[in-house]
Amino acid sequence: MSTAVALTHEQIEEWKQPSRGIVGMACLVIAESAIFIIFVVAYLFYIGKSLNGPTPREVLEIPWFASICLLSSSITVHFAVLDLRQSRIGRFITWLATTVVLGSIFLAATAMEWYDLIYHYGLTIRTNLFGTTFYSLVGLHASHVIVGLIMLGLALVFGLLGKVNAHHAERLEVVSIYWHFVDAVWVVVFTVVYVVGR
Amino acid sequence: MATQTQVIVNPARQRGWLDHVQDWVTTVDHKKIGLMYIGYALIFLVIAGFEAILMRIQLLVPNNHFVSPQDFNRLFTMHGTTMVFFVGMPILFGFGNYLVPLMIGARDMAFPRLNAFSFWVSAFGGLLLYFSYFAGSGLYGAGTAPDVGWFAYAPLTARVFSPGHSTDYWTLSIFISGIGSIGTALNIVATTLCMRCPGMKLSRMPLLVWLYLVTSGLVFVTISPLTAAQIMLCIDRYLGGHFFDTQAGGSAVLWMHFFWIFGHPEVYVLVLPAFAFANEIIPVFSRKAIFGYPAMVAASVGIGFVSLSVWAHHMFTVGMGPGPNAFFTFSTMVISVPTGIKIFNWLATLWGGNIHLTTPMKFAIGFLFQFLIAGLTGIMLSVSPFDWQLGNSYFVVAHFHYVLVGAILFMIFAAFYYWYPKMTGRMLSDKLGSWHFWLFLIGFHLTFDFMHIPGLEGMPRRIYTYEADRGWTLLNQIVSSGAVFQAIATLIFVWNMVVSYFKGEKAGPDPWDAWTLEWSTSSPPPSYNFATLPVVESRRPLWDRKHPEEPDAQYE
Repeated sequence: MSTAVALTHEQIEEWKQPSRGIVGMACLVIAESAIFIIFVVAYLFYIGKSLNGPTPREVLEIPWFASICLLSSSITVHFAVLDLRQSRIGRFITWLATTVVLGSIFLAATAMEWYDLIYHYGLTIRTNLFGTTFYSLVGLHASHVIVGLIMLGLALVFGLLGKVNAHHAERLEVVSIYWHFVDAVWVVVFTVVYVVGR
Repeated sequence: MATQTQVIVNPARQRGWLDHVQDWVTTVDHKKIGLMYIGYALIFLVIAGFEAILMRIQLLVPNNHFVSPQDFNRLFTMHGTTMVFFVGMPILFGFGNYLVPLMIGARDMAFPRLNAFSFWVSAFGGLLLYFSYFAGSGLYGAGTAPDVGWFAYAPLTARVFSPGHSTDYWTLSIFISGIGSIGTALNIVATTLCMRCPGMKLSRMPLLVWLYLVTSGLVFVTISPLTAAQIMLCIDRYLGGHFFDTQAGGSAVLWMHFFWIFGHPEVYVLVLPAFAFANEIIPVFSRKAIFGYPAMVAASVGIGFVSLSVWAHHMFTVGMGPGPNAFFTFSTMVISVPTGIKIFNWLATLWGGNIHLTTPMKFAIGFLFQFLIAGLTGIMLSVSPFDWQLGNSYFVVAHFHYVLVGAILFMIFAAFYYWYPKMTGRMLSDKLGSWHFWLFLIGFHLTFDFMHIPGLEGMPRRIYTYEADRGWTLLNQIVSSGAVFQAIATLIFVWNMVVSYFKGEKAGPDPWDAWTLEWSTSSPPPSYNFATLPVVESRRPLWDRKHPEEPDAQYE
């Protein structure tokens, strides 16, 4: 029962498989995309079907500034990964901190938008179909931003405590894939809610 | 002091039952988690089977009052929900958890702790569903267990029509078990892609692993839509949203779409692992390599993709218009092509083989015939005008039970007889296995062959009773009598597992003279699976080891 034909040592050395962290995160992204697709379909399906106001055109402002902040945070987190991989810890922390700040600005802008909608326009999740679909879709995205910020914030805290080095680059890359996904979803949500749906 | 030292020196002797419980509760070993999945699914199988028996007793005679109409609604809701989410999914994930790492020569899953988390979350979902029997009334006193049917069509699930908490238990338990399913599927994909032993290229993986890869990929795009729909239902029920609220312009048909976008691929999530077992068992007992390995892989991936475009054949009776009806009729028929490829490949594997009619092989051959018939009634139902006549009738119930019991459950039984020796180190009794097979086969055909006929005669599904002058009485009695055979056969099976665990013949590492890596390690395998990581050269590594003069590697 001995191994019939052993591979040569070099062949075993060459035996390379993808990183399980990245594969795992890719799977999560696929699963999450399916969830978002269903919410986006519901949003598109219910455009213009509300029985009463307010309508999107009356109350929604295009969030240019917040969107630019969120999308550029994809670039900063990418630089953070690159710098960490090459052990430039100082620059890594700067880029990561910028990412967290940009993400927080986006979240704050969403909070202000919602405050306005609720207190000035009286639009809640119960008001009409627009309210139901808007708060669910944007809220689902915002909750993903919060999760991403928690993960990036943890990495930042560990970085500031001096516990992060180049060995952790792959883990940060896994988090960054999630963050890129959150940004990509925003492009879809932005298009659907603020362009098509208005 | 002296006694304390003894405890430390001799821990094995002092281990009480609590230590064993702690071992199992805190384990991250894929084999133990797999066994827990299987055990927990078997418990729910018995519970949901018992619910089926109660329904069959109720339908035994016309105008019966064995259970109330309200209880009958709860029974079919709980039976369906339990069988799909807390029997089918966990038992298949259990086998996957146990077998995938062993078959690819890995020592564990890619994410062992996520694996444990997924199991416990799923198990909690099942407990939550059944907790509704105690807590569903809530403050309203409005019914206990969920009674909205397993697909819970809107607006029946709205607060107005389902007061109390029973529907909340339904939606939350499915939501939670969905998280577990996605976790396990993610784990299986990462394990398959990243943990293979040297030489185990994708083109050399056992077909079981390939099918679990496809199944898991399907879980991402199947369970997630359901999760999204459950979030929407929660928003409607708790926050006053209007997703499925027709009073506010919402659409009940949207729920149908969302549910069946999950619901139909889910059938393939359940049946692909059954194919996976067939792919391992049929070649071993035909003493031939599987016929058409690349075609099998391609057909599996093809089924995965096509299954995403057939969901609305569950909705022909809604009135979708000629365009969608034609499309979904067509796509549903198309899926029978890759499925047919599989059936022909299994037949070609049997052809000219030295067939050993062991218990697992008997179940596998039963599966082949019954799956074929289930597929044929499926093609009948895929024709939308035919479906308009028979939608929501017992014909539909008979069709999908033919798939779920005749194909999937038969293959699950086969898998038990085949891998039980690996899991426990002891063989299951062949004699009891024969009794189990023949009784179950007779019971299955009595129940589900004859169930088609009242459907054709117009008996709708989910009715709690019927009038005596309908002419359905005798047929229902035949159907119910089959359930008795199946129940007895299942008890024999459980008895077989218990007795064989203590008194079964010792299995040894490779009782079937099989060819995949799980048979190269001891039975049961040690916690680390393989002392040295195997290196493979072909699709049948153990054949290569047993026949070094003529290894498969020369021919692939």
